[in-house]
Amino acid sequence: MSVNPGQPVVAVVQRIEIKKLRQGENLILGFSIGGGMDQDPGQNPFSEDKTDKGIYVTRISPGGPADVAGLMMGDKIMQVNGWDMTMVTHDQARKRLTKKKEDVVRLLVTRKSLEEAVKQSMGKKYPCYKQ
Amino acid sequence: MDNESQYSGYSYKSSHSRSSRKHRDRRDRHRSKSRDSSSRGDKSVTIQTPGEPLLDAESTRGDDRDDNWGETTTVVTGTSEHSISNEDLTRVTKDLEESTPLECKRFLGPALGGCLSFFALVTPLAFLILPQVLWRDALEPCGTPCEGLYVSLAFKLLVLLISSWALFLRPPRATLPRFFVFRCLLMVLVFLFVASYWLFYGVRVLEPRERDYRGIVEYAASLVDALLFIQYLALVLLEVRHLQPAFCLKVVRSTDGASRFYNVGHLSIQRAAVWVLDHYYSDFSVYNPALLNLPKSILSKKMTGFKVYSLDENTTNNSTGQSRAMIAAAARRRDNSHNEYYYEEAEMDRRVRKRKARLVVAVEEAFTHIKRLHEEEAASSPKHPREVMDPREAAQAIFAPMARAMQKYLRTTRQQAFHSMESILTHLQFCITHNMTPKAFLERYLTPGPTMQYQQQNGRGRQWTLVSEEPVTSSLRQGLVFSLRRLDFSLVVTVTPLPFLRLGEEFIDPKSHKFVMRLQSETSV
Repeated sequence: MSVNPGQPVVAVVQRIEIKKLRQGENLILGFSIGGGMDQDPGQNPFSEDKTDKGIYVTRISPGGPADVAGLMMGDKIMQVNGWDMTMVTHDQARKRLTKKKEDVVRLLVTRKSLEEAVKQSMGKKYPCYKQ
Repeated sequence: MDNESQYSGYSYKSSHSRSSRKHRDRRDRHRSKSRDSSSRGDKSVTIQTPGEPLLDAESTRGDDRDDNWGETTTVVTGTSEHSISNEDLTRVTKDLEESTPLECKRFLGPALGGCLSFFALVTPLAFLILPQVLWRDALEPCGTPCEGLYVSLAFKLLVLLISSWALFLRPPRATLPRFFVFRCLLMVLVFLFVASYWLFYGVRVLEPRERDYRGIVEYAASLVDALLFIQYLALVLLEVRHLQPAFCLKVVRSTDGASRFYNVGHLSIQRAAVWVLDHYYSDFSVYNPALLNLPKSILSKKMTGFKVYSLDENTTNNSTGQSRAMIAAAARRRDNSHNEYYYEEAEMDRRVRKRKARLVVAVEEAFTHIKRLHEEEAASSPKHPREVMDPREAAQAIFAPMARAMQKYLRTTRQQAFHSMESILTHLQFCITHNMTPKAFLERYLTPGPTMQYQQQNGRGRQWTLVSEEPVTSSLRQGLVFSLRRLDFSLVVTVTPLPFLRLGEEFIDPKSHKFVMRLQSETSV
């Protein structure tokens, strides 16, 4: 995944559906995010390109909904319920993920190993995400 | 006035030279051979000796020369028709030393200016005194207005006198090849002015024996006013106009590339040359001809090239072809001289550093042998009778252990021509007297200082030749190039105007300096 301004972003993504867990009066997803348009991209330990201002998964609470759904640490979140997450601020990302009216969030995430897996199994059909 | 030929003002070498006398005689003999008038035992010979020991190219042939500290005197046998014996040479140099026919030209211009200004200053007084002397009885008495005028006249003359002394009564520092235009202009102006005043005075006052003394006093006062204004003009033209920088001069020494940049104002070429030379003597490191050459071992390899023989019949147009062929062949050959140069330089650096270390240690040790005697200690002598020395003796006492290290160091850095044993002793004495540390003593020898440091004070001055394509009284402008030539090197000066500066303004509110931390937040969802 490379970020060229003005060019369409091409990445191999995985669909992950997370059911929110109710804890008291909060609905939690069980992971932490970092990054955003207003953040410092140089300090992101998970990104390959240190100018990438996307939203990354920084921590997954073990046994939580995200862990169960298959989200992995270091994933970059591309979409949440159809909303783009590659060009949002940190606070906007948080809001999109924590809408009280939604019980389920459907994420499109990408990680490096996905691309390699696809390359290894060339010839098979694979979902390609184009934005 | 300021007109002076190029060959005036010989600078001559003092009788003690760095090189041994044998070499100096040999060189002078060669030179006198080439000159018809100078040989054949003529006593009024004008040998243009090449100047101070510094620029004596002969004296820096260090490798094949015996470099003892003392003078090695050799005897020149035989006085042939085309040579001058040693005795003649010393006699001739003494003659040159005593006779100063060429020095008068240096003072001609200022003397003329002095006469003119004296004349101008005396004129108002003469205007006042002459009627009193010649027809005192016929003069109308003049009361308080005249006294007021007397006082103001006196003070204005005093001011003129003091400011003339302060501004213009200085020994001239340089003689220029052409007229100094502004100075000549001003002198002509003053002369015309005073002459016209005298003319009117003669016609209107002396002849008809004017009775109105007050008018005469006012006339004298107006002359003094006008002189004050001319002095103001002189101040502006000679002293102030060139202060605001307008040009940047790049001065490059032709032999070793030492260069500097200077900012000057609007000057004529000759005045700019004097300005540059003033700064040359204190800014540029001294010219050392011994430091210039690549070692012979490297150069000699380059010399062996190919010889091209042409076997054709027509040899008309082969010169360029031959040289091109040789250059091409030389380029194709594997050239390792840069390698040798690099290693030679590294070796030289190492050697210099080693000698320097030895020198520093030797000097430090030597300085520990003496200490200053304070007044109180002098009284308590009976127990430890110490020999009390004056600085000269102290210097001689501690010079011995460091002499060898010093000599070796100077030889390695090729500076032995600039420092004789006598000068080192004098410097050591000076340092001891002023409580300097060994490092301060060595400062003079570890870095090559400016040329001013090595000059001996003699009244003859330095001979420089200004070489320029434009007339030297024209003022500086962009792209001008002139050079100042000495016997074995020259300074090439390039003129560029200083850029015009467009200064803008930007106001920054002091409260506007605010900072934030770079964000790296992590939110759990």
